[in-house]
Amino acid sequence: MLHIYDPNTATDRDLGTPPPAMSTGTVCLSIDGKPVEVPEGTSVLRAAALAGIQIPKLCATDNLEAFGSCRLCAVEIEGRRGLPASCTTPVAEGMSVNTQTDRVAKLRRNVMELYISDHPLDCLTCSANGDCELQDMAGAVGLREVRYGYEGENHLDAEKDTSNPYFTFDPSKCIVCSRCVRACEEVQGTFALTIDGRGFDSTVSAGQNDDFMDSECVSCGACVQACPTATLMENSVIEQGQPEHSVVTTCAYCGVGCSFKAEMKGNTLVRMVPFKDGHANHGHSCVKGRFAFGYANHPDRLTTPMIRDHIEEPWREVSWEDAMTFAAARIKAIQAKYGRDSVGGITSSRCSNEEAYLVQKLVRTAFGNNNTDTCARVCHSPTGYGLKQTLGESAGTQTFDSVMQSDVIIVIGANPTDAHPVFASQLRRRLRQGAKLIVADPRHIDLMTTPHGGEAVHLPLKPGTNVALVNALAHVIITEGLEDQAFIAERCDPDAYAAWRAFISDERHAPETTEEITGVPAASVRDAARLYGEAGNGAIYYGLGVTEHSQGSTMVMGIANLALATGNIGREGVGVNPLRGQNNVQGSCDMGSFPHELPGYQHVALDGPRKAFEQAWGVTIDNEPGLRIPNMFDAAIDGSFKGLYVQGEDIAQSDPNTQHVELALSSLECLIVQDLFLNETAKFAHVLLPGSSFLEKDGTFTNAERRINRVRKVMPALAGKEDWQITQDLSNALGYPMHYDHPEQIMAEIASLTPSFRGVTYKKLDELGSIQWPCNDEHPIGTPIMHEQDFPIGKGRFVVTDYVPTTERATRKFPMLLTTGRILSQYNVGAQTRRTENQTWHDQDFLELHPHDAEERGINDGDWVGLTSRAGDTVLQAKISTRMQPGVVYTTFHHPVSGANVITTDNSDWATNCPEYKVTAVQCEKVAQPSAWQERHRAQHKKQWGLLNTTDANNTDLKNKEQADPAMK
Amino acid sequence: MTRIYVPRDTTAVSLGADEVARALSHAADVQGVDITLVRNGSRGLFWLEPLIEVDTGAGRVAYGPVMPEEVPALVEAGLLEGGAGHALYLGPTEDIPYLKSQQRLTFARAGITDPVSLDEYRAHGGFEGLAVALAQTPQQIVDEVKTSGLRGRGGAAFPAGIKWQTVLDADSLTPNSRYSGQKFIVCNADEGDSGTFADRLVMEADPYLLIEGMTIAGLAVGAETGYIYLRSEYPLAHGVLNDAIARAKAEGYLGDNILKSGKAFHLEVRLGAGAYICGEETSLLDSLEGKRGQVRVKPPLPALKGAFGQPTVVNNVLTLAAVPFILAEGGSAYADYGMGRSRGTLPFQLAGNIERGGVVELAFGITLRELMQDYGGGTASGRPIRAVQVGGPLGAYLPESQWDTPLDYEAYADMGAVVGHGGIVVFDDTVDMLEQARFAMEFCAIESCGKCTPCRIGSTRGVEVIDRIRDNQDRDANLILLHDLCDTLEDGSLCAMGGMTPNPVRSALQYFPDDFARTTPSPMMEKS
Repeated sequence: MLHIYDPNTATDRDLGTPPPAMSTGTVCLSIDGKPVEVPEGTSVLRAAALAGIQIPKLCATDNLEAFGSCRLCAVEIEGRRGLPASCTTPVAEGMSVNTQTDRVAKLRRNVMELYISDHPLDCLTCSANGDCELQDMAGAVGLREVRYGYEGENHLDAEKDTSNPYFTFDPSKCIVCSRCVRACEEVQGTFALTIDGRGFDSTVSAGQNDDFMDSECVSCGACVQACPTATLMENSVIEQGQPEHSVVTTCAYCGVGCSFKAEMKGNTLVRMVPFKDGHANHGHSCVKGRFAFGYANHPDRLTTPMIRDHIEEPWREVSWEDAMTFAAARIKAIQAKYGRDSVGGITSSRCSNEEAYLVQKLVRTAFGNNNTDTCARVCHSPTGYGLKQTLGESAGTQTFDSVMQSDVIIVIGANPTDAHPVFASQLRRRLRQGAKLIVADPRHIDLMTTPHGGEAVHLPLKPGTNVALVNALAHVIITEGLEDQAFIAERCDPDAYAAWRAFISDERHAPETTEEITGVPAASVRDAARLYGEAGNGAIYYGLGVTEHSQGSTMVMGIANLALATGNIGREGVGVNPLRGQNNVQGSCDMGSFPHELPGYQHVALDGPRKAFEQAWGVTIDNEPGLRIPNMFDAAIDGSFKGLYVQGEDIAQSDPNTQHVELALSSLECLIVQDLFLNETAKFAHVLLPGSSFLEKDGTFTNAERRINRVRKVMPALAGKEDWQITQDLSNALGYPMHYDHPEQIMAEIASLTPSFRGVTYKKLDELGSIQWPCNDEHPIGTPIMHEQDFPIGKGRFVVTDYVPTTERATRKFPMLLTTGRILSQYNVGAQTRRTENQTWHDQDFLELHPHDAEERGINDGDWVGLTSRAGDTVLQAKISTRMQPGVVYTTFHHPVSGANVITTDNSDWATNCPEYKVTAVQCEKVAQPSAWQERHRAQHKKQWGLLNTTDANNTDLKNKEQADPAMK
Repeated sequence: MTRIYVPRDTTAVSLGADEVARALSHAADVQGVDITLVRNGSRGLFWLEPLIEVDTGAGRVAYGPVMPEEVPALVEAGLLEGGAGHALYLGPTEDIPYLKSQQRLTFARAGITDPVSLDEYRAHGGFEGLAVALAQTPQQIVDEVKTSGLRGRGGAAFPAGIKWQTVLDADSLTPNSRYSGQKFIVCNADEGDSGTFADRLVMEADPYLLIEGMTIAGLAVGAETGYIYLRSEYPLAHGVLNDAIARAKAEGYLGDNILKSGKAFHLEVRLGAGAYICGEETSLLDSLEGKRGQVRVKPPLPALKGAFGQPTVVNNVLTLAAVPFILAEGGSAYADYGMGRSRGTLPFQLAGNIERGGVVELAFGITLRELMQDYGGGTASGRPIRAVQVGGPLGAYLPESQWDTPLDYEAYADMGAVVGHGGIVVFDDTVDMLEQARFAMEFCAIESCGKCTPCRIGSTRGVEVIDRIRDNQDRDANLILLHDLCDTLEDGSLCAMGGMTPNPVRSALQYFPDDFARTTPSPMMEKS
């Protein structure tokens, strides 16, 4: 889809200054004789831009507060002396502005003359040629000569900083407009940049004379985007030149779902620039979506379908047709031998809605059973269960923008600055405005040190004690009379409330009593509860630190109880907000990837919906729930489950208790893996189908806000087929016909069968930009805030949430608790980010431990530490950190060689089997060599890597591949 | 026991006052005479410093300027009794013509009292204004200041009463801000103008005056916190202020309950770090908040969104120091002095190449010639005065034809000059006005905060252009360019520093054109 940029009408054109924060009406004025009406508080610069009048500017840009540095935007205003800057002058009723006069023209020319007297004159060979605001302004003001000459003082000798792998900082071209500094402050919130020195010596500095890599910079790219010259420029543009067209699409990393403009030269992606009109991200991004797209063209990409009879054999490259025939035959044979329920599928939470829909449809039609599941099993399935029980819908209740109306924000078991960075930037902006923050997390997460964000209340609980804590908070609310009685009476089921109220009032839930369990001082708990209870708008955000526990579902319900009790539901600024991780995990759940639910969370046992699907699909659908992923593993080891079709998920790396998973996978007779790369799971596969990246297909992703965003194809599929086409082919080979020509048709089918998607069409998505479901007759343009009037179940239900300690407890043998998480630069299992320059920041997983624990064990920073649990052992390098509390250690799981999940156990949530990743009892000690598992892993990896190349195990191609293999580092 | 005064003022100390004090103590010991040595503020007659005053039964007599080595001889000649037999004997201090003919409303106590003695402050009329203010409503206090016609003495000359009214009327509730509900009084004690020292003199000689003035301001607008932003180059003033604040607090003049009135005012000194630009109110506020001293855009006005985003009164030391008199004697009494719309008095500061430098507090209306000749006594070098810069480094240079204009804000503005903070720097006929114009640009370049393009780059280019004019390179074209650059600075700068740098440059070009047309090196260049 070609975008033709018209500076006067493009929806992402720069209006100069942000809209006013608050308006008390409109103002009428005249600009160059043209009558203009704008909200009160709008700047003259912005008013002019809205009226199609471009006033020259350099330091102004509409995602940053007006600054008044360049002085180019000067105008003449009747009745006012001087030449005021239009960026900092608010409109006034009856004002008469002249944007082009002789006096103003002279000033602008003279200002440009000063700029250019200290600027390199290499426009033609400069990387900004064709996209440089300084160039544009010099042209606009008619600069013809620099009377000062070029012998005077200048900065042309300034040295470039190329420390960051993605962009270059060239201070010789800097015009000290401070847009980068302001972007880092106002948009990103990291405050990594400043202006060093003053006057003519002013220079942009990352920290105290650090280069970018050594500073606090998180490489979000906001400064690069803000820079009007070539001073901060993407290396890809320096190398390749200016893109010639752009396509708006959606990021494939996390659940924020940022909208980007993919800027192209032909079929080559030059750079990803955040789309200003993105409803989730409003023109911001993080290092991953912005820069880490190189994996799509990495040499590791699978390009041909491959098959093998046995996992010890080398792979054979075959045609798509042959691969499908082989796979279908195997599946059919297995079902004939072991029964209809002996095969199943896992949908991807990274692929599109349309693709997830097709996989679960294939399972229910071509396989004929309900054995379909998705990665949400291991992350937010408790959200699905818990919120459905209490609120009636398995999804977050708000938009991201809602946080800007919050007065008190509680973050439980989430680390947004690392895992949802663009949302964290917005949250931090709200904290800088004065909202209060409460963090319930064993670690002192980075969100707590928000520059100018005030002091947060920390509830540093011990892993595994969430429910005790949330009960204590609720206890304070109820016993101190902070509940919202009106809301409860009007919106909640009275019997459930009465039962819960009696339960929570018990003294055993008092903070003074639970302190023993959670380790959190009672005073802190009372402070936090009062803050939330007395807040005008209180919002709760939570992540996997809530769900990945044996009481994950209970905790989700406990959170909902808190929100219901305080009436913090059903408007802006409040709500229960699960921070969904994957780019389309929400969508994958919506699409019926669960063994017990059809698309739209309609239970398979419900006759009405099931029959509608049966009619549309022309088959009978099993009315009993199928196998969940953990059940599939157990059944595989048991011998009753033999075939699995996995799309876009690396269960061998991301699921807990790796040794158990590996055993299960080895027991299968037909494992079909559809993915971009040879991953851990593929090492156990019999059929390898090369998948397509988000750049290579059309479709939709649904983010954590229930927001459906378009994914648009910018280049042909590398292996010749898009993921939905592969599933379609497999289905056809299995004997169930599918004939979609375009994902748009798949969405049309989804809409026809799924009440919450009834009004969704590609046309409407193009018109509106994005749609938050439910989108139907009742909500024709979607639903930003849920539960405004009532709940899908009528009244909200309080649920009694008794604390049951996990069986996974610290013992003498395993005296510490391991909890796991993520880091900004790597994404999940690292399949994508390990194949980009993001390795620069984090090329291995570390074990973080508190100085006290390190001291006790004689462990120094950088030592190799053996980590053992009852499930297995591995070895990691140590990092001493005061973010931890004594007794708790932490690691990430981005590198397969770390074997983080060798350690995690099969403890899981009682309701959904979501694994208890966040609590594993471990012991650490200094070691000298890798663990047994790591040696086996290394050997197996080498072997499978070798089997990937079918012709010659010794050829150089393979050696190069091996050397380049990030998993071997 | 004889009271003998030796100033602790920075100027006096730089001229040896500490050594003089030591020598005096020693000499008194040797004589076996008991004296009480009081380190007072300076009287502001700097050409007489170090000035020793002796309390006799008939009043105070003065000796000066005294070098430490002259002390024994003075003591021999009867200094300890106030004896007249020495060349340095000046007679009764208050009879010295320079001092006697002044109209000291603000500097009434300067040099008379021990600066940190609350008893002496009270004995000389101190805290009378505060007493009146405590009994009035905020609006009444503001009205009194309006009546007085007091205008900002830092240089902008904005009516203080109107500023205070704005802050009094301002809504201080800022949703979600931890400062919501607060208003602030900020005293601009950055006094960066070359040749000025009146602020310093107030702080070192009569600190309670400033404290009282700020407290009254707090009562007027509803502010309970005040900051004195003090330039780092005034360490002695820093010490005196902190001492005075501590004592005032101990006796209930500051704190949660001022003189048991139930009203609160807390005061704190915050130091600058060597930046002239931080005398500009918005960059001052940024620096006060702990950030880089960078100029802010207006709107919003500091009166509405100043320190920490809250309504703030930013006033110069002299402005605040004038307030106690206004409250004690009434606004009309203050307005009785002066002329036109310049009411009250201004402490003019005579400096530069001047015979008798110091503070001359007089009502507006005096002329420059009277100040320089009658008070200043002409140049120190004895040569004729050629140019005078009034109002600091951003003020115009005045040629002789302008020395008879009355010192009045409007009259000076009408002739393209600036009264400013009252600094008067005198130059004799060896001055090279091209070098002075160059200095104006150079000063701007050194002190520029760097935010806006005309000042950041223009000032550096200005020096280069003037160098070319001096060296007769394309002189005509560069003169045109210099004028153009001046227009750019005036029209385009974000603040008054860039905006007023053209003042000295243009005045030099206009009134001293010969210095820009030299084809042989100037006398100044010959000397160096």
